[in-house]
Amino acid sequence: MSQVFQEISPADFFYRNREIAGFANPVRAIFSAIRELIENSLDASEPQGILPNIYVRLSFMNEKNENLYVLRVEDNGSGIPADFVPLAFCQFLFSSKYKLKQSRGTFGLGGTMTILYGQITTNKPVKVISSTGTSKIYEYTLMIDVERNRPIILDRRIRENENKWHGTIVELCIEGDYYKAMPKILEYLKQTAIVNPYANITFVDPRGRLYMFERVTTVLPPQPRETLPHPHGIDVETMYRIIRVTNCRTMLDFMQKHFHRVGKRIARNFLKFAGFPEDADPKKLKPEEIVNLVQAMKNFDEFLPPDASCLSPLGENLLRAGVLKELEPEFVAVSQRKPSAYSGHPFIIEVGIAYGGKIPVSEDILLYRFANKIPLVYDESGDVSWKIVKSINWRNYGLALNMPFAVLVHICSTKIPWKTVGKEMVADRPEVSREILNGIREVARQLSIYLSRKERAKREKVRLSIFAKYLPKIAEFSAKLAGKETPSVDELLRRLRRLEGE
Amino acid sequence: MKGSSAVKSRDKRRDVLLRLESFGRELCEQIEKGYFPQITMPSRSIENIFYNPDLRQYVLGNKTVKRSAGNIRHLRPFTHLVWMAYFTHELTTSQKTSTLRDVFYSAQAYDISFQDQDESDSIITDLETVLGCTREDFNVFPEESSAVFGDLTIEYTVPNYEGKRLNLTSHPDGVMIGPALTSADFIETSADKVIAIEKGGLFTRFIEERVHEKFNSILVFLRGQAPRSTRYFIRRLNQELGLPVYIFTDADPWGMHIAMVIISGSANAAHVKELTTPDAKWAGVWASDIANYKLPSDKLDDIDIKRLHELMRDPRYKGDIWQREINVFMKNQRKCELEAFSRYGLTHIVDKYLPQRLKEMGE
Repeated sequence: MSQVFQEISPADFFYRNREIAGFANPVRAIFSAIRELIENSLDASEPQGILPNIYVRLSFMNEKNENLYVLRVEDNGSGIPADFVPLAFCQFLFSSKYKLKQSRGTFGLGGTMTILYGQITTNKPVKVISSTGTSKIYEYTLMIDVERNRPIILDRRIRENENKWHGTIVELCIEGDYYKAMPKILEYLKQTAIVNPYANITFVDPRGRLYMFERVTTVLPPQPRETLPHPHGIDVETMYRIIRVTNCRTMLDFMQKHFHRVGKRIARNFLKFAGFPEDADPKKLKPEEIVNLVQAMKNFDEFLPPDASCLSPLGENLLRAGVLKELEPEFVAVSQRKPSAYSGHPFIIEVGIAYGGKIPVSEDILLYRFANKIPLVYDESGDVSWKIVKSINWRNYGLALNMPFAVLVHICSTKIPWKTVGKEMVADRPEVSREILNGIREVARQLSIYLSRKERAKREKVRLSIFAKYLPKIAEFSAKLAGKETPSVDELLRRLRRLEGE
Repeated sequence: MKGSSAVKSRDKRRDVLLRLESFGRELCEQIEKGYFPQITMPSRSIENIFYNPDLRQYVLGNKTVKRSAGNIRHLRPFTHLVWMAYFTHELTTSQKTSTLRDVFYSAQAYDISFQDQDESDSIITDLETVLGCTREDFNVFPEESSAVFGDLTIEYTVPNYEGKRLNLTSHPDGVMIGPALTSADFIETSADKVIAIEKGGLFTRFIEERVHEKFNSILVFLRGQAPRSTRYFIRRLNQELGLPVYIFTDADPWGMHIAMVIISGSANAAHVKELTTPDAKWAGVWASDIANYKLPSDKLDDIDIKRLHELMRDPRYKGDIWQREINVFMKNQRKCELEAFSRYGLTHIVDKYLPQRLKEMGE
């Protein structure tokens, strides 16, 4: 018996394992397609300082088949340089995102996966129109060569860009089940609007219904700065890659040049700790030495914690604006935790709690989860945040499950600690869960104070109304008894009101 | 004797009105000066109720309570109290009467409804305490009423009946002791004693057997624990006409206590004076009568025994006869009703027991 060994291309791999990227069935597929393209659009605009305008239209491909759709997503992002368009969209693992800073996607997988899924379900090419604001607009018609992981350019047109338009339009055909996916899609859009309150998002669904999520602010979150990898987060493969590209001649220089927050003093201490001479040539390290180096990096505890400049959290003002805009609560409290790190990966937790107003009363706690400004709408019960909100004794904060409140948890990181490849559940890392728990406690305390103040004000109002009812009667009856004019109790009531104001 | 009661009740009425008016004036002045009106009155809590051996009744001590309209917890009862003063002032001015139940409903017209009659009754008691007079003085009477029968001529003082006279033998069922009778003048009587009876059956029997003639007595039907107007009426018969009072009840701790409340008053009414008849006598049925007269009896139950223990410690029961009878109850563990005499024929109690007992009591 002979075995046939065969190399498969990345495109082929994802074709065979499409559930990894969220394309397991027609319901998930249509959801994921919309989600991936919106996230690409947001990543193409916000980090460049552009207020995102995103238009999404889902329509039937033809009237005969309700399961075939045309999906069109337009944005006003920075656009893709013409030559990169085919690769960016039709080659797996080609991305502008292989850098150490926070962004929504990481591997450029989602967009390409969407196109691949569209292609395999409808056998139709994708149309990509893009301009970086130059005098030209490029219009490509593309397909993916799955076996070779290469784009096939079916057509390429160039048009004049009279209005200096920049942005990208992607239009593809795809099989899906919109009606079953609809609740999740609408939920996703609403939650996206919460954490992107500076974006205009318009969605037209196959029935022609228009959903608009309008921006309430023109302020963008701080842009992430690219940083070097932190030594605690390095694995052997990454180390090989760094050594391959370095031009440092000594370990002392190597440590300082390629790793986050490593200065001369720390580099020296570390090399002594790891047993490497300062003047050793990194290019000449033997394989087992590289393994030892990586191990030593993990065990050396004098490295400074990563700073958070590579992160782009929303900030309390934007989070509050988003919550007020989409959830329309009576009260909201938000908190941004101080930056922290797990395994060398910096992260920031932002939490919010919203109460009353249009927040519904739900059977269980209403939890909104976000990771790098992406809403997570699937697999809630496996998420660390879910575990945490369920563990909190809400009574301590004057809250009960039958009260209208919602908890929001946003984690920003260069590397979200996902529980599974599906990227819907954040794993339970002690550093992360501690921050989430403390954050929720803090905003819950604020809500608790608000509720008790409100309760007190209500009681005061009732109190005052009792006085306002009875004092005049006392005055009236005693005056009648005495045969006098009824004395005024206004002064007494005024005094009570003053006491209340204190 | 004639007219004395009329004058007295007119004076009393004027006095009550003055007290009510000055109560209102005081509150008005406090409001005008910018204070939350407040009142101070004797406390009616258990710790402030004392037995006064000289008066032979319970009285209130020196502790006082303050009620302020500035205190939210006092506000509603305070308003009720002022309304009650206003309402009873209206009643007294127009010489109308009202029952406790009436009062409860009347408040609803002023948008200060009572939760239940207990609440309104307790406000009336507050007003009694504040003013130092009884609810009957400001024309509020309880629903229940007892009756009187015997040769006593009275003259009404209530509006529309002023000057009208009535002999209390006129009605074979007796005459109801209501507000009109309580305030009537006593004109004349041939009776030389008062016999008060707990139960209606015996009262009727006594009338049928002409006890009022045979024993020269005025018969009073107590209807169980006697209402205040009846206690006040008995007191008047005793004080104004100088008639001794004999009380007949069931032979059990409860009957005994009916007699005691007429004699020494109740703790509930410690704030009220002039309701008691300290010289009245409990004439039976005694515990010792059960054996002496071989009366059919029942065993004392747990509640009876518990009550006896309470009475034993009660300062009003210090007297010989009380302690003696309590001991007999405890020893024999038997009780009986007034009707038990019927075992020896319907007239036995009148023919045998009554003359013998009255003789024993020094008649």
